[in-house]
Amino acid sequence: MTQQKILSLNGLSKRFGSVIANDAVSLELHKGEVLALLGENGAGKTTLMNMLFGHYMPDEGSVDVADEEGNLRPLALGHPQAALQAGIGMVHQHFTLAENLNALDNIVLGSEPLRMLRRDRAGARAKIERIMAHTGLTAHLDVPVGKMSVGERQRVEILKALYRDVRILVLDEPTAVLTPQEADTLFSNIGAMTREGLSVIFISHKLREVLAFSHQIAVLRHGVKVGEIATADANERVIARMMVGADTQETPREAMEPGKPVLKLENISVVGRSKRDTLENVSLTVRRHEILGIAGVSGNGQSALAGLISGLTRPSGGSIVVDHIGITEHHPQTMIREGVGRIPEDRHHDGIVGAMSVAENMVIERLDDPEVQSRGLLKHDAISANADRLAADYDVRGPGVNARARLLSGGNIQKMILARVFEQNPKLILANQPTRGLDMGAAAEVARRLLEARARGAGIVLISEDLDEVLSLADRVMVIHDGELIEANTRDREKIGLMMAGEMA
Amino acid sequence: MMDILQILLSESFWAASLRIATPLIFGVLGALLCEKSGVLNLGIEGIFVAGAMAGWMAVWLGAGLWGGVIVAALVGAFFGLIHAILTVPLGLSQHVSGLGVTMFATSVSYFVYRTALPNVSSPPRIEPFQVLDIPILSELPFLGPVLFQQTGLTWLAIFMVGSVWYVMNRTPLGVAIQAVGDNPDSVDAQGLSVYGLRIGAVVAGSALMALGGAFLTMSAFDAFFFGMVNGRGWVCIALVIFASWRPGKAFLGALLFGAFDAFQVRLQTEVGALVPGQVFLMAPYILSIIALVVAARSADYPRALLTPWFKGQR
Repeated sequence: MTQQKILSLNGLSKRFGSVIANDAVSLELHKGEVLALLGENGAGKTTLMNMLFGHYMPDEGSVDVADEEGNLRPLALGHPQAALQAGIGMVHQHFTLAENLNALDNIVLGSEPLRMLRRDRAGARAKIERIMAHTGLTAHLDVPVGKMSVGERQRVEILKALYRDVRILVLDEPTAVLTPQEADTLFSNIGAMTREGLSVIFISHKLREVLAFSHQIAVLRHGVKVGEIATADANERVIARMMVGADTQETPREAMEPGKPVLKLENISVVGRSKRDTLENVSLTVRRHEILGIAGVSGNGQSALAGLISGLTRPSGGSIVVDHIGITEHHPQTMIREGVGRIPEDRHHDGIVGAMSVAENMVIERLDDPEVQSRGLLKHDAISANADRLAADYDVRGPGVNARARLLSGGNIQKMILARVFEQNPKLILANQPTRGLDMGAAAEVARRLLEARARGAGIVLISEDLDEVLSLADRVMVIHDGELIEANTRDREKIGLMMAGEMA
Repeated sequence: MMDILQILLSESFWAASLRIATPLIFGVLGALLCEKSGVLNLGIEGIFVAGAMAGWMAVWLGAGLWGGVIVAALVGAFFGLIHAILTVPLGLSQHVSGLGVTMFATSVSYFVYRTALPNVSSPPRIEPFQVLDIPILSELPFLGPVLFQQTGLTWLAIFMVGSVWYVMNRTPLGVAIQAVGDNPDSVDAQGLSVYGLRIGAVVAGSALMALGGAFLTMSAFDAFFFGMVNGRGWVCIALVIFASWRPGKAFLGALLFGAFDAFQVRLQTEVGALVPGQVFLMAPYILSIIALVVAARSADYPRALLTPWFKGQR
């Protein structure tokens, strides 16, 4: 690797209202280098890169980019056009593709002057095909992006940047939506491109890929750069400590005697629209002080099971008993009243009302509670006070409890949901994929809270595709496959894996 | 039954259909341009009125006919700019702003008309566009009378169908407009201006809408009177959904509506004694609602339609 400096961020700061997203962050990037920008959710990684690319105007600081001859020149900030011209390309975590256009049009968009009366499609196609042949990144150029898989969309995003002859490529959580195989291919493509002189910054919170594919690691925490280390000198423990600010401690899981049953499903069947929301003659029991882990590949009936326990799905046969009370009216309100806490799978879609404030979302399941309303009028002061207390207790960070909930990061939304659920001391908790997409710190927090609730006497149904998570948290494991539930009676990964594939009953 | 068939096969019926369709072609193309960029423009009804008034008044004050057309387009662009500023950088509700523009443009037009002509009972007439009788081609059987005996504005409308299609599908600008109506972030990330594209599309679309109004006072009739637009703008809003935001289908939709209208007029003379006339007047609207119900299910809505976008907020 040459040591030619190609990019330098000098003391960039950005504030959103009273929240400091970035505080005087400086970074350097060299030619052909892969720099990993690591940090927990909300640490300010994306904000920093959005300033580099011109989406945000920094409050303080400057950026210098090397020109073709390698001389560092100041970059005009706040304009994506200027960043593109300086050779900086960015692949956003939420793709910026027009789904009604094909890949070719998406890639060429913005590179031809708008006053042109014709498009040079043949020339563009030839150039893109050259890039595809060179980098190994392929996409169907004539297919509308809306019809593409996530992996292919991402390749289109990268091609879009390369088409602009970028010398610095920023990738925001590029593997968040990819299968492990797609991720490996992506990194091997990136490796090939850096050998040609491309420099890459990639944002991630996955330690494994950062250690495997970067040359240099910079760690952000609470908007501040807390350290930088050559990947060769790093290991998981060292960078995890830099990220979280302390050693991550595994919450010890003490043995507990299960109490009386809080949830009993007997011979439940659900007729769904497709295989994925169908259950066939399922029985299970969850007791107090017990976590029941439901392992399985997604789409095997988990959503029907979760819907049933949340009160969203009506069974076609069988009985549900929550703490001695037979459920006859299948409605979310019934389940909330019977003391069921729900942590939904899609937290953005089913867990919050994004347009309402954080404070309102925290009481949204108990709007008839006299603590929250009197004579049909909401008590705003009480709601705010409740939210302030919960936000402090559960470490919900963001632009404040009166901000709209959708402005929170994924990890903070999850913490908000945990606060809402655990505050009510539920007898039964449904935790559906509770740590999906969360970073280590937030995932550890979820695990700690679940174990705490178990110690307090709740029964927990933990549905997860992550077998490691199930094995580390659950007292008892059941496997869901093709709408049927089987008691695992083992903690052996191999055997459970076979059951998940439906090969052992 | 033979009578109905005779109507459908007659040259004059199809010539009338195309004539009636002309203002709708302008309107639906204008609405299409606005909506493709992500902005619903309910100012269309008022912009029709303003275009009708302004074009006619320019000619009445001594401008040439094409001068009047240009004045109408500029007035339409002005009201479009108001709508664009309110809805694009300011991000206000497109419904509210559009309805406001309709009320504003309509009342300003009536006000100017009344101020200029305080005491007239019968509106003054201008010399409108004449039929362009193209030699030889107009002699063709059937096609001759239908296509080649129309006014210059109808020709302009047909030309605009092709132009809008070409711009949307064959130029970088059109591709950018389609992108900004689907996902503004895609345009922003490629260094183009979301605001610039949307404001431009709304202004240009509104100018086209105004030409629809101008056709009424300068080609279909020869004077301006109150209530003459009569819901044609709203029909265009429905037609653009029927057309699934495609210029070619927009033309067909406008022609279909024109045909319904021409048909009901002729049917009235045939069986008018049996059925009240109002039933026939309703027919085109009812038929267009039915056509819409059938077509709207498969309509390809621009994904970002009605969604404001703000710089630096992602």
